Amino acid sequence: MSITALTIEEARNLLDTKQISSVELTQGFLDRIKKYDENLKAFLTVVEDTALTMANKADKRLKNGETTPLLGIPIALKDLFVTQGIRTTAASRVLENYVPQYDGTVVRRLKDAGAVILGKTNCDAWAHGSSGENSDFEPTKNPYNPAYVPGGSSSGSPTAVAADMCLGATGTDTGGSIRLPAGFTNTVGLKPTYGRVSRYGVIAMASSLDSIGHFTKTSSDSAMFLSVTAGKDPRDATTPEKAVPDYLKDIQKGVKGLKIGVPKEYFIKGLDSRIKIQTEQALGILERQGAKLVEISLPHTEYAIAVYYIVQTAEVSSNLARYDGTRFGHDRSHFGDEAKRRIMLGTYVLSAGYYDAYYKKAMQVRTLIKQDFEKAFDPADNGVDVIITPSSPTLPWKFGEKMADPLKMYLSDIFTVTANLAGIPGLTVPAGFIDGLPNGLQILGPHFSEELLFRVGHAFESEKAYWTEKPAL
Amino acid sequence: MKIDVAHIAKLANLTLSLKEAEKFAPQLSEVLDYVKKLTEVDTKGVIETSQVTGLENVYREDVPAPSLTQEEAVTGATTHHNGMFQVKGIFADE
Repeated sequence: MSITALTIEEARNLLDTKQISSVELTQGFLDRIKKYDENLKAFLTVVEDTALTMANKADKRLKNGETTPLLGIPIALKDLFVTQGIRTTAASRVLENYVPQYDGTVVRRLKDAGAVILGKTNCDAWAHGSSGENSDFEPTKNPYNPAYVPGGSSSGSPTAVAADMCLGATGTDTGGSIRLPAGFTNTVGLKPTYGRVSRYGVIAMASSLDSIGHFTKTSSDSAMFLSVTAGKDPRDATTPEKAVPDYLKDIQKGVKGLKIGVPKEYFIKGLDSRIKIQTEQALGILERQGAKLVEISLPHTEYAIAVYYIVQTAEVSSNLARYDGTRFGHDRSHFGDEAKRRIMLGTYVLSAGYYDAYYKKAMQVRTLIKQDFEKAFDPADNGVDVIITPSSPTLPWKFGEKMADPLKMYLSDIFTVTANLAGIPGLTVPAGFIDGLPNGLQILGPHFSEELLFRVGHAFESEKAYWTEKPAL
Repeated sequence: MKIDVAHIAKLANLTLSLKEAEKFAPQLSEVLDYVKKLTEVDTKGVIETSQVTGLENVYREDVPAPSLTQEEAVTGATTHHNGMFQVKGIFADE
């Protein structure tokens, strides 16, 4: 087997037992990026020399007997993560020449842990989109079929993982930007609880919704990654003083005795019937492993997209107001269409006379959506442990299919936005293939229940290891 | 739902071409029509959610910590003068 086909867990073992070096591993990925990324367009910037220097350093630390989860592991960063001395664009023309003077907290933590940074990945500009097509540079292609989108907004990161161009990659999830593309690319995508991972130094989209997560091949790898990125950061006041658990400790415990909620509002008209069947098959597997399936109701689900497109655009208009070309980047004429649309929608809903009708109302309905989940998970009310749904109502679509109709594109996130509004964590794991295209399963849990999500994901993977089915590039 | 694109663009400090304004107007109206469905929901007495994990009043000690030097701070700007950002005049067209 080629070393680029490894998981983080496998590579960790080989590095720790000195069977491979980080430099060898890093060179393997750099070669693969050269070979395949001209077509896939997962990377906006590749930092070959920096990567090899970091790998060399990691090898020295390994030689000294250090063993930390990501030491010597080659990864990629969504181009929303601010990196000192490495161009950071948010896939927008506005920032095409921006070279940050500092590292964001997650980047700093990954570097301190000895992870090797290969480069910066493509995405929808400013993370606005569900397909990757809103990149101001060029769209990333789905590695399983280049005529189809890989999902977005984090389009390059999961593509790089699926195509074995890195072992893990960061992403951001404001309305589904990790969980949707993970499902479209046969990767594992984690959106942690709001505040579990610091947002400092990650270009802001919608501050009350932004979650900082990552893509890997397996749930165990995702757990190892989170153990490095999670935790209190004095530079982000939304990160609580909450201990970071050992995410691997109970990962093999299985699902026996767990109650899995299946929300009827997610199995509706508009859900591809083949996805419905595959989701039911996945639930059947977990049931046979000893989980109990319970039909539940999340009655305010149908209002989630409407709430999201008020709250999110309002916060986008405010966050993007700072880009005026004075301190860094180009002026506002360089914004692409989607950024302009969102800035204007947000400006409109916050403008004089409309605040109560739009923003205040949306924040109230947001409370009701959050309460739906609280009730579903409430142990005192015979609640469930986790909730499982499809990660998308449709399979990946062809390029151009939704570009002329923004609302149609927005509705793609119908199964994922709810978790951002409620602040709960979600994990997408591969659910199989339909017509050769990947399909994902979304596992949702209460605030700070990432451990449990990994456990469920791992239980499913132990029976259905879809991640081993590689794309033919 | 009609939206005055020119006015909103002005508030948002965006300059739109006529073609852009014509393209965006129906797209924005469609989204605003869609979000109107929230009026169906009874929200009387419901408290708004803005901080979703319930944190309040997070303080830190007010002590200086290492930061960028003035020299570093201006390295991203296209124009700077004496270690300061250079901007267009506010009161005159300079």
